[in-house]
Amino acid sequence: MTMNTHDTFELTNGPGAAAILSAGLGCFLVGLFFLAEDAVPAAKTFFTFYQPSGALSGTTTMAVALWLIVWFALARAWRGKTVSMPWVNAAAFLLLALSFLLTFPPFIDFLQGK
Amino acid sequence: MEITLRDLVTALHGMGFGALFMLAFSGAIAEMYRMAAPGAPEPGARSRRLLYVYLGVMVILAWATVLSGTYIIYPWYRAVPPAGVTDITLYPKALLLSSPSTAEWHNLGMEWKEHVGWIAPIAMTMVAYIFAKYGRLLARERQVRLAAFVFVVVAFVATAVAGAFGAFLNKYAPIRGGPTITILQGEQ
Repeated sequence: MTMNTHDTFELTNGPGAAAILSAGLGCFLVGLFFLAEDAVPAAKTFFTFYQPSGALSGTTTMAVALWLIVWFALARAWRGKTVSMPWVNAAAFLLLALSFLLTFPPFIDFLQGK
Repeated sequence: MEITLRDLVTALHGMGFGALFMLAFSGAIAEMYRMAAPGAPEPGARSRRLLYVYLGVMVILAWATVLSGTYIIYPWYRAVPPAGVTDITLYPKALLLSSPSTAEWHNLGMEWKEHVGWIAPIAMTMVAYIFAKYGRLLARERQVRLAAFVFVVVAFVATAVAGAFGAFLNKYAPIRGGPTITILQGEQ
């Protein structure tokens, strides 16, 4: 009989929740940092990690780095735990929706009153 | 039949990585549903492994797309024409911004594409992890399953936006340059 490791023990939803919420945050940060570098010249300079790619290099690198750090931290905190998924999903979906809005240039311009 | 190096690399980014990634969504969604739907027959170990490899390859394609775009093609796109250059066809961003009739391809198209595209690899990495971690148990974890599917759909839409604008941008301001590669020599 073939044993499936997934069925040999009960998995809690903690690790999944950590992955979901941190992914929502990572996507949101891509948009947030885009707004920051578009609105603040100093931020544009700060986020220019690689000159040929401009501020895009820094905004995406920082978003990905923070996503992974938060994922790691949440995964450790929620390991073996059962968390309230409706709240996690609500937060993740909100962050995801905001990320879409914040990557949309007309919305970025609207926020800045352009 | 010739192509410049930049044309070729751009095609690799858009058609090799991006389009292949997008094509893979339908298979991924179908298999994800088959594995995780409540009441569905238990998939065999081989079927599960196939899905994990499939999602893993999608993750690799997504990251290859955004990284090649951001660090190879985007610098070519946004290169500033040197002083005195009057022919700006080799400087796509400058070319698009030189006319009101094409400026929005950059201001909306490129500016949106270069950011929204990054949602896809983040989302798909999470989805692949969820399925690898929970597998068949997702049939019982309704909320986790829901999140995985929502993120997959959003990743697909993000990829569609980036891909569509990429295709149109390459029509109005193709990225050309570098050595010319001769694929086939025609008859004289």
